[in-house]
Amino acid sequence: MANNNRNQEDKGASIKLGPKILDLLRKIGEIELENVEINAEEIEIWIPSLSPAILQQVPPSPEIVRGKPTEILKAEFKPPIQTYSGKILEVKLGATKSEGGSRGKTLTIGGERSPAFYLFEETQLNPPIVSVDVFDTEVSLPKSIRTHVQEVLGDPAAWAKLAVDKFNADAVTVHLVSTDPLIKNASARDAARTIEQVLQAVDVPIIVGGCGDPKKDVEVFQKVSEVAAKERVMLSSLTPDMAEAGILGDVCKAAKDNGHVVLAFTALDLNRAKELNRRLYEFLPKESIVMDLTTAALGYGLEYSFSIHERARLAALAGDNELQHPTLSGTTNAWAAREAWMKMGAEWEPRELRGPIWETVTALVLLLAGVDIFMMMHPAAIRTVKDVIKNISGLSHTRREDTDWISIRM
Amino acid sequence: MTERTVKKSIKELSPLDVYKLLPRITPPCAECGEKNCMAFAVKAVTREVALEKCAPLLTEKYKAEYAQLRDLLAPPVKEITVGIGDRSVKIGGKAVQYRHEFTYHNPAPIAIDIADEMSDTQILERVKAIEGFRYNYIGRILKLDMIAVRSSSNDPSRFGAVVQKVAESTTLPLILCSFNPEVIEAGLKTVYTNRPLIYAATENNWSKMAELALKYDCPLVVHVSEDLRMLKSLVKTLVEYGVEDLVLDPGTFVGKGLASTINNFTMIRRSACGGDKLLGFPILGASIAAWKERTEPKELLMWEEACLASILLSRYADVLVMHSLEGWVILPNTIWRFNLYTDPSKPVSVEAGLKIFGAPNEDSPVMITTNYALTFFTVESDIRSANIDCFLIVVDTGGLSVESSVAGRYLTAEIITEVLRKSGIEEKVKHRYLIIPGLAARLSGEIEQLSGWQVLVGPRDSSGIPTFLKDRWPPKKE
Repeated sequence: MANNNRNQEDKGASIKLGPKILDLLRKIGEIELENVEINAEEIEIWIPSLSPAILQQVPPSPEIVRGKPTEILKAEFKPPIQTYSGKILEVKLGATKSEGGSRGKTLTIGGERSPAFYLFEETQLNPPIVSVDVFDTEVSLPKSIRTHVQEVLGDPAAWAKLAVDKFNADAVTVHLVSTDPLIKNASARDAARTIEQVLQAVDVPIIVGGCGDPKKDVEVFQKVSEVAAKERVMLSSLTPDMAEAGILGDVCKAAKDNGHVVLAFTALDLNRAKELNRRLYEFLPKESIVMDLTTAALGYGLEYSFSIHERARLAALAGDNELQHPTLSGTTNAWAAREAWMKMGAEWEPRELRGPIWETVTALVLLLAGVDIFMMMHPAAIRTVKDVIKNISGLSHTRREDTDWISIRM
Repeated sequence: MTERTVKKSIKELSPLDVYKLLPRITPPCAECGEKNCMAFAVKAVTREVALEKCAPLLTEKYKAEYAQLRDLLAPPVKEITVGIGDRSVKIGGKAVQYRHEFTYHNPAPIAIDIADEMSDTQILERVKAIEGFRYNYIGRILKLDMIAVRSSSNDPSRFGAVVQKVAESTTLPLILCSFNPEVIEAGLKTVYTNRPLIYAATENNWSKMAELALKYDCPLVVHVSEDLRMLKSLVKTLVEYGVEDLVLDPGTFVGKGLASTINNFTMIRRSACGGDKLLGFPILGASIAAWKERTEPKELLMWEEACLASILLSRYADVLVMHSLEGWVILPNTIWRFNLYTDPSKPVSVEAGLKIFGAPNEDSPVMITTNYALTFFTVESDIRSANIDCFLIVVDTGGLSVESSVAGRYLTAEIITEVLRKSGIEEKVKHRYLIIPGLAARLSGEIEQLSGWQVLVGPRDSSGIPTFLKDRWPPKKE
């Protein structure tokens, strides 16, 4: 088993160019290559690397004298279906009355058996969902978001209600920013009261966001876990820092005893993500873990997030059982990019569209990489992402008119 | 051409595969500039050097090996050139399906449409706007690449005249769009020497389009909506006809059709990377389809196109036809395209330490930031473009941005104090003023207490650095 895990780890952590040559070079003394002589000196200079490349053209196929076809030559096409040994775990958020909670309904994410929206292979079991961000205290928000939430700033329960009623939120994330020792240092008890109020105001599943300080977050999450017992909230987030500080077990125990889900956060590093998951397995059932692999904004590192999500999902499907968890994107991070909020020249206006399109594109890219749950803010971005999810979660077989954009008269 | 030849993918190819086909002259001729054939083979596999650098290989004696090597190293997605000379663009040439496997090549050119029913003034304005699009993104200039002239009139003489007008006012490579071969030929007649891309051959017009592609020696798009078997059949037919440079268009659909569009693009690319040569051609995405027969307000269609374009770029479009020219629609897509085509092995953090910009002296400003790659590149680009002489201390925050590292306690007063001591900055300047990022403002009191430096809270975004320094540097004595 241990051995097996190690192999999987290798697969998941390093998808690199030319792994086979490493093995080959290792064994070079033992093997005979067909008609090739190599001296040792020549081998040493081979260093595996990914470098900017000069790609070459396919050679023109040899000139064959042939007649030009007079009718269409038939070719066969088979959808390139692959089989996967792994599957993403299903995680349920929220609990209804019959389950001991008070949510109107629960949400299940994950369960994928092929890469995101590969509908030619598998149907999309649980479409991804959107959780809307709510803050427990006045925070600085870009103008184009502030306009939409002006009336509820500072009132997390009212804000949550707005998110559900007006923005059609599947879930709500309450960020307990006020607990930050560097901001208001609000107590765990105050934070728990806020969560109770939000649970009363809306009946969708709740995500509880901490302030980022590992020690304070553990304290707050423990208290919240108790007051929200059996509601199956998700604690956002548990980090390697908590493990290093020796307090991960405390918060895990509180989550497990009260039936909650946890979000395992790591910063763009799959090995650390796996390591953190291994620590969590000591305390929690696997079906209560979601991963946040970090969302960087479009223009501010989104490509790192995109590739790490694709790698994680492919490794999980290939059998890496330490990565088989649904993933979450903190998509609101998109607003960290200057292009999302800054006043620029007239040719880049209106900012009221540039901002939300930034958040939308950040989400769409990660949707295609396999993210299961998005934390978002701008109503237009939320609506678009929900529409796209609906449109791409199932193949529509009604015959469509050909897509002739040549003749469009604008 | 067999449809399914099993060929080693770029991930499996070893330098030995290349080495054994090289001349291996003893002693090494080193004409390529490498020490020996093994060194050359290593670089050929990672595509750092072109085969043609090996002079002996190009001689008659090694003709067979050269052909074998070309085949061995050819990417599963063929590279097609549109346009000529300096302003030509390359389409396709992808070696892998997923970005993390190997750097994607040839950033998908974005073509903006011009309809032949637009007025002369409109056309010239549009050409000017397409050519004039510029954005400085962390020191790189982002631009638009092509013009797609489409015949909404379906009138050959009108199309010919408009194509000529466009070609006279721009050197950007062109896509000529019509399903009517007569219309296409009217356009080709005036610009064929510039090697435009022809859009498109279909089930109905393929033999005439094939003739045009051969006669004028231009690449050709094959368009069959949502029927990959027919698309592939048409490719087989055209290849047999002698047309080698093809681009695939399985159709771009919006709304409920988007699912099938994404699946078609994905199936084509996966098949190609799995060795299906008939599908081993670049894919054309048309976010302009968002504008088809729609009555919604323009802003909504632009919004939809912006989203569609980003989806197509992420799911394997190698060339994109767009209609919107608005900055807020183009900008996220040109930035995402730039990002998508960067080297995936580039680390997420940069080296920490003291960086020097320009020629700072003992009175120059001292600023601090984190070692997240994008944070550093952004700050670096803003400092450079304003020609500021200064010191920048880059703190190792494990590759986290300023906001995240302050929240997660990777950027604290203690850490900053230690870095100030260790960086050697105290010997380089005689003042004791530290400019911290606006997003780390809440650390300022503690930093002053612990380090003895005075803190100036800088802008929240590094684009504000030049103005900030103009107003606040040198600091006024209190």
